[in-house]
Order: sequence, then C-alpha cells, then structure tokens
Amino acid sequence: MDSLEIAKATHTGMVRSHNEDSIATDTEIGLVVLADGMGGYNAGEVASGIATALISSEIREAMLNEAPAKIDTATGSSGATTLLRATIAKANASIFQSANSQPQYAGMGTTLVTALLFNSQLTIAHIGDSRCYRYRSGKLEQITRDHSLLQEQIDSGFLTREAAKRSQNKNLVTRALGIEPTVEAEIHTYPAQEGDIYLVCSDGLNDMVEDDDIQMTLDALGANLELAAEQLVQMANDNGGRDNISVVLIKVKKDFPANEGLFAKFFSWFK
Amino acid sequence: MAKLILSLDGQLIKEFTLSKERTTIGRKPHNDIQIDNLAISGEHAVIMTILNDSFLEDLGSTNGTLVNGQPVKKHFLQGNDIIEIGKYKLKYVNETPAIMSKADFEKTMVLRSPAASAPKPDAKALTDTQTNLEVPTKSSEMTASTPSTATPPADATLPGIAAGAKPDPVTVAVAQSASTSSVTTPGGGTIQILSGPNAGRELSLAKPLTTLGKPGVQVAVIAKRPQGYFITHVEGAQFPVLNGKTLDSQAHQLGDHDIIELASVKMEFFLKP
Repeated sequence: MDSLEIAKATHTGMVRSHNEDSIATDTEIGLVVLADGMGGYNAGEVASGIATALISSEIREAMLNEAPAKIDTATGSSGATTLLRATIAKANASIFQSANSQPQYAGMGTTLVTALLFNSQLTIAHIGDSRCYRYRSGKLEQITRDHSLLQEQIDSGFLTREAAKRSQNKNLVTRALGIEPTVEAEIHTYPAQEGDIYLVCSDGLNDMVEDDDIQMTLDALGANLELAAEQLVQMANDNGGRDNISVVLIKVKKDFPANEGLFAKFFSWFK
Repeated sequence: MAKLILSLDGQLIKEFTLSKERTTIGRKPHNDIQIDNLAISGEHAVIMTILNDSFLEDLGSTNGTLVNGQPVKKHFLQGNDIIEIGKYKLKYVNETPAIMSKADFEKTMVLRSPAASAPKPDAKALTDTQTNLEVPTKSSEMTASTPSTATPPADATLPGIAAGAKPDPVTVAVAQSASTSSVTTPGGGTIQILSGPNAGRELSLAKPLTTLGKPGVQVAVIAKRPQGYFITHVEGAQFPVLNGKTLDSQAHQLGDHDIIELASVKMEFFLKP
C-alpha cells in the first residue's frame, strides 16, 4: 500500500545476551506484528518467532485472497477483528503445543501486538505489555492498555503512576500468547487519519524512554521515519538498555479506503 | 524477603517476615500479627505481598493507620517506611533487590492464568497513558559507539531550493519537550550561527534532540548522548557539511569548534565549560 510508510528497528539492548523480540511488517497489506518472547534459554525467541511468522503469513494470505469480498467496506472493522481473532487463536495453539510437546520449550510464551491498517482504519489486537501509541497533531497517546500486574495495581488504586515507576514488579504480564490453551486478545478499531504515526513497541522502549521523549523524537524526526526508529532504540540504549528494544513506526501518508473488489463492483451494476 | 519490625516506644518487640500473600494485623488472635491493645481494631490492616512488592491496606479500623506520619487507606510500601497503629510502630524493611540478580528480575514473566483474571477492558481507561520509566543510573561500562542510522527516503522533496532560488534563511527550531532528559550532559554543547540574518545568535543544545534547518527543505538533528553530540541528516536532498566535508546519512560526532553548513548558513559547534 503506497499510502503507508513503515520503519522498524530492533536491538538486543545493553544487558541481555540475545534478542527475544520478533517483528514482522508488510507494507503491501498494512500489517505490523510485534512479539516480545519469554521463557528459558532460547524458548522466548522461538515463541515470538512463531507468533510473528504465523500471524503475518496467515493474515497476508487472507487479505490477498478472500479478504476483499469478506472484509469489504461496510463490515470492514468487524471483518478485520474476526480475522485477527482467528489468526491469534491459531498462533496461540501452535505455541502452546510446541511448549507442551518439546521439553526445552516448556513454559514459553510471548506478548503480542498486531496492527492491521485497512480501509482507513486501524485494528489493533494486543496481549501483554507490548504497546501501541498514536502520534496525532503533535500529541502522543498510548492506545493499548498493558495486561500487566502493574496496570492492575494502578487500576485498583494501589499505585499511582509515579509510584509505579518505583515498582519492582515491572515485568509481570497477566496475559500472554502460548501459555494457556486459549487466550483472549484485546481488539479495538480506530479511524486512521492522514498524518498519523503509530508506534508499536516492546517494553524495552517504554521502560527506558519517557513518553515525553518519545513524543519529542517524533516531533523532530517524523519526516525521516527510519531515523526516528533508530533514534528511539538509541535513546533506550543510552538510558541503560536493560531489555530488548523493538520499535515499529507506521506513518499514514494518505487515506486508504478499501478497493472496491470485483465482487462489490459486480453487485453495484444491479443497483 | 521483606520483614516488619514491631516496636513500642522505641523498644523492639518482634520481627515478622512477610512470607504470605496476605499478612493480617489486628487485635484478635487469628491475625498473623496480633497486637493485643484496645487502640487496635480486631481486624485493623492487611499487607498484601506479591513477589518483592508489599501493599498496606487499612481495613476500616477505628483509629486508622499512619505511614510516615500520614494517614493512609492503601499504600505501596517502600523500604524503611514506618507504619503506625495506635502507639505501635512497624518498620518495613525490604533488602531483597540488592541480592537478586538484576537481569533475573527484569525478565518478563507471566503472572498467572490469563482467562481467569484478565481485567475487562473499559473504554475510558484505554485513553490513559502510563509511564513506566525509571531513570537508570548511568552505567559506566557503556561504550562509545557510532550510532547506525538508516538512509533517508530517496524521494525526499526539496520545494525550497529550486533552481536559482535563494534558499530561505535557516531557522533554528528546538524540539519541544517538557521532559527532563535522562541523558547525562556531556558538557554544555552550543551552536553559534556565523552567517545569515541570525548571525551571532547562540543556541544551547540542552534537549536530547535539537533540529536545525527548515522543515521540507533541509533538516539535520543534533542528538545529545552520554558519549557526546551527534549530527545526523533528517530530510532534504542536500546533506549537511561538516568542516568542509559533506556528510552521509550516518550520524557524526561533533568536536569542539566544528563548523556546520546547512542550507548555506554556517554555524559553529562548541562546548561551553
């Protein structure tokens, strides 16, 4: 899709020995998948790798084949939601089975953010503490809400946001892909506007770089998306880089209404 | 493991280890920490402990619960907090983190079964943003490395400098940020404009990122990093010139008294002591 520009960067960070994050992007169909894996030895990489590979190939196939008829215009959002939900369920089952059948992968799992831009809408599915932010008219806003212990404690009034920064339980997620036989992804659809920049990131970015500094980077470098992505990773590393850092930036260069499929055109003749 | 030290008028009475998820405090004998005094309610307060974090909640006691002199209903306990219940004091001591390997507790873990406990999303909270940032102490082992930057888009347009057109004077825009920079200052980097209408003006590079130039025409950015200041081309067909040499798309570290040329405006970078 030429109405979208996508830039990505991923880095092991300054402390970890390997990168358990995995990202897949597909500009043609407007898809971003980001996963932050967890589990002993290399299992985290395996889980996040399965998630991104499986979800990106399944959605690509669906979008290029059946999608135009199935996910067209009027039912656009619900079609995208259904597709994401079904694909994520498949990825969950696949990781869960691998974890249960191979002892070296026992207990592996991953967070997930899947962003599908279709028909001038963003449909975002997430599980765990990887995030999506929207940068619009100079303001950065987090549009996913972490599935984490910390977020629950903030919601229940035990912790203020300030106190949360001092918490020692920063990395406890309450939902993950591949840990249980089934998982519920949180899925929402938002209208996408020309000029929007969406940031999808793992917690290695937002734990290390303050939202204000992320916003400032997009203010300054929004014109050069690749540079902005590299800069965000670099800031996280300069601040300590204690976790793997993954960043995907999606810029909406112009509106992208769905192409009227042949099917729809065919029917319009009879109206 | 965190513990509580119970004392009365400076006299140490007993130590309790917070080994349970719920540790109850009250006058009645079934409490984990029983304080048999009429100023204490039967079920006075509870401390919830999840891994290394402990939370105190007053259970609607008659005389209330203070932490460090302030009445609290719910409180996230920090090391050396003093909890006051009646005339009794409970000091919260948590020495675990120093012993734990940093890398271990930073690992992401799944807390528990997702389906059973996942909070239902509510629309209002979705717009909430949350900052999880903890400014780390600058690690001294961090090595200086030249940052890699990607090539700018090849189709970058250049409306300002058309053939023969005189380029607009370079405007200097400081990237706006309310945040405090978490990068330690490597000296006070400053830019002084040497030519053009703004000649003589100085610009302090106090922010993590400072952009120079004119959006849509030619923009470069100077990033302040622990290792120093780095200039990188952002947009425009022309690249900045540093000490007479045209830069590529990579970041370049600035040295004291380097001369930068951007859209035919000259400026000097220097470090203020």
